[in-house]
Amino acid sequence: MTVPDADARGPAPANPGMIATADDPVNPLRDPRDRRIPRVAGPCVLVMFGVTGDLARKKLMPALYDLANRGLLPPGFSLVGFARRDWEDEDFAQITYQAVKEHARTPFRETVWQQLAEGMRFVPGEFDDDAAFDKLAATVRELDRERGTGGNYAFYLSIPPRFFPLVVEQLKRSGLSDPSISGTDTGTGRPPWRRVVIEKPFGHDLESARELNNIVDAVFPAESVFRIDHYLGKETVQNILALRFANSLYEPIWNRSFVDHVQITMSEDIGIGGRAGYYDGIGAARDVIQNHLLQLLALTAMEEPVSFEANSLRQEKEKVLSAVRLPTDLAAGTARGQYAAGWQGGRQVIGYLEEEGIPPDSRTETYAAVKLGVDTRRWAGVPFYLRTGKRLTRRMTEIALMFQRAPHLPFAATDTEELGQNALVIRVQPDEGVTVRFGSKVPGSAMEVRDVNMDFAYGESFTESSPEAYERLILDVLIGDPPLFPRQEEVELSWRILDPIENFWAEYTKPEQYPSGSPGPASADAVMARDGRAWRRL
Amino acid sequence: MTIDLTDTTTGAISNALTEARRRLGGMTLGMVLTLIIVTDEEGQYDAIRAANQAAREHPCRVLAMITRRPKADSRLDAEIRVGEAAPGETLVLRMYGPLGQHADSVAAPLLVPDVPVVTWWPETAPEVPAKHPLGVLAQRRVTDSAAADIPPAVLTTLARAYQPGDTDFGWTRATPWRTLLAATLDQPHPVLQAGEVEAEADNPTADLIAAWLNLRLGIPMRRSVSGGPGITRVSFTTPVGEIAVSRLDGRTATLSWPSRPNRMVALHRRETAELLAEELRRLDPDEVYAETLRRLEERGIETGPAEAPEPDERVVS
Repeated sequence: MTVPDADARGPAPANPGMIATADDPVNPLRDPRDRRIPRVAGPCVLVMFGVTGDLARKKLMPALYDLANRGLLPPGFSLVGFARRDWEDEDFAQITYQAVKEHARTPFRETVWQQLAEGMRFVPGEFDDDAAFDKLAATVRELDRERGTGGNYAFYLSIPPRFFPLVVEQLKRSGLSDPSISGTDTGTGRPPWRRVVIEKPFGHDLESARELNNIVDAVFPAESVFRIDHYLGKETVQNILALRFANSLYEPIWNRSFVDHVQITMSEDIGIGGRAGYYDGIGAARDVIQNHLLQLLALTAMEEPVSFEANSLRQEKEKVLSAVRLPTDLAAGTARGQYAAGWQGGRQVIGYLEEEGIPPDSRTETYAAVKLGVDTRRWAGVPFYLRTGKRLTRRMTEIALMFQRAPHLPFAATDTEELGQNALVIRVQPDEGVTVRFGSKVPGSAMEVRDVNMDFAYGESFTESSPEAYERLILDVLIGDPPLFPRQEEVELSWRILDPIENFWAEYTKPEQYPSGSPGPASADAVMARDGRAWRRL
Repeated sequence: MTIDLTDTTTGAISNALTEARRRLGGMTLGMVLTLIIVTDEEGQYDAIRAANQAAREHPCRVLAMITRRPKADSRLDAEIRVGEAAPGETLVLRMYGPLGQHADSVAAPLLVPDVPVVTWWPETAPEVPAKHPLGVLAQRRVTDSAAADIPPAVLTTLARAYQPGDTDFGWTRATPWRTLLAATLDQPHPVLQAGEVEAEADNPTADLIAAWLNLRLGIPMRRSVSGGPGITRVSFTTPVGEIAVSRLDGRTATLSWPSRPNRMVALHRRETAELLAEELRRLDPDEVYAETLRRLEERGIETGPAEAPEPDERVVS
């Protein structure tokens, strides 16, 4: 047990009987067998940049309220908003109040709200305004004094990446990023922490991802940078690990001997909405495949980690991502498209090129499909098909393991005409759950075998109380628990996979038009058809 | 849909259930457990309502067992509710006459195959839950000591009768307090010398919290009486002053700590449905509860107002 260096923390605390330190985590009230007691974040301030954005209003604020309502936020938890608005603390509280009332998952309780609202502050200003950041620094330090937040700050950058350099530099200049300049004796006897949360996109190619990382890395150490990919906070995604590693049923068949191929799909029924400025020039592959789909691939294909510690999990993910191989012929193994005008879900909608703010000659894709290989003993020769698109038939995210056909069927050919491949489908959204597809005899005197589904509806029955992805992730940030956050190495590996495809596309292809409401462009079907396979129906 | 069957058998009830499921369009059997509620006409409405709310998190078959008119002829009436308020199925089973003594013969054939069984006594707990005919069927037995006439006496009875799998709402209600106290002591803190739990008289949760703190922290704990609601204050004496969590309104707690600002945190009292949902989350024996209950029975808890602590010489400086 080491006793914290009293000098490093300023004047000796008036606490002669201090017994526990940061290196002495033994709390007699915590017992691994006592699983009723959840993890609760320690005292801290969350500073949020970009509080006026959609994400903050619809997801982050409600998630904070839900955490408070479930008793998972520490006493004195404080939230500071920073944005270019001429607001007072009260205005900020009012806006948040509406956001929470409208979007929170758990029932609204005035007392919980009151307690949360008491710790809310707002600092108006531009990102290049030194005075505003000095005010921000003064505000959080005042919160330390008033509410005992212990000098622990998390910075949530819910802002476009082009502002990162400015904001990070400002955090450094104002001394906010440096835990040793706490400005106040925290009295907790533990060195205060700093954490920074960034949202995707983590760059738009390998080079820019590195640049972005260098900017953040120059000010914050790697272990205090939390990259949020909200998909990884979803219950079903975490259930992939449970399904694979807690059961003995699936692991024996989870390999090239039994799996024919894997399809990972994320389709959206909506268009780009108001995101023209962000989306054009980025496209579906960078927006979705680089992060969500490659993470899903990693979780599906990785070997069993030795533990669920952040490091072991990331090592396995990095191993499998580094084993991903591109098709030798990129023209035959990839496809991309752009939605054209058409009818989607009973409404007439315009095409991508007609969307406001999109240049009529834009070559940005809204649909992307790629075929990847994973060069490991487990997966050699098993293709992974990834696809994503906007304005498709319906909204759906799933991972489907398609199994090989039985090598011999002791039935007459006509008996099994309607029998497809066995499949194990992990549905991520909507209607989270797991489906197993297999052949069964149709009742009757004839032997006729047809596909049936065995269904586990995770979502439908359990969701009422299962936390939103952001709740889980914000709590993990405040606790400092990193397994669900991708590390820079993973981000770089993903870009290494995607960059050659993007370069090929930019040089040689133009996205093919596909009608809105359809399952995607014909060239994507051709990718599958060349291998004698077909996409699962959307 | 609701189906009423009078003077019926479990076989007929099973058939009616299958038929109802078929008519509703082949609902899958996604039920994760069977919940047996041992209740009476007066308590059944609230209990079933709470169970249906909890069923949103834990889809289950609810068997509400109601004993009526013990002197009448034996008869079984069933009310089957499927596809209504909640996922899963609810069966209200009314047993007349001597059948009331053989409720297990009604419940056993109606358990969902392959999934755990939980028995819940929302009102009066039996002397030995694990030996009650409906308790024998279950791996988890939930009582509510606060519903008893003399709650502290019930805790003693429950402690003597304890079998792995027993649990009590008095303990479930302690979770938010225990969470907050554990989070408080996650922070480096001065040496704790003694503690006190203040609550209404006859509050089993307060007794359990005091026993738990005594067990885990190894410090003398005192239990004193306040006007409520529920538990109003838990405090620890330290060489530098008092660390306390107080909650006077049953909703918001204040954490006070020597030479630090007071901090507020939500700590509301929970509905029965939330308690039940927590109980159904984990069905393995709760060892911490068992140890706490044993400590409470063996040593009891000092009552009365706290005295000024003795200066402690062991203080590390």
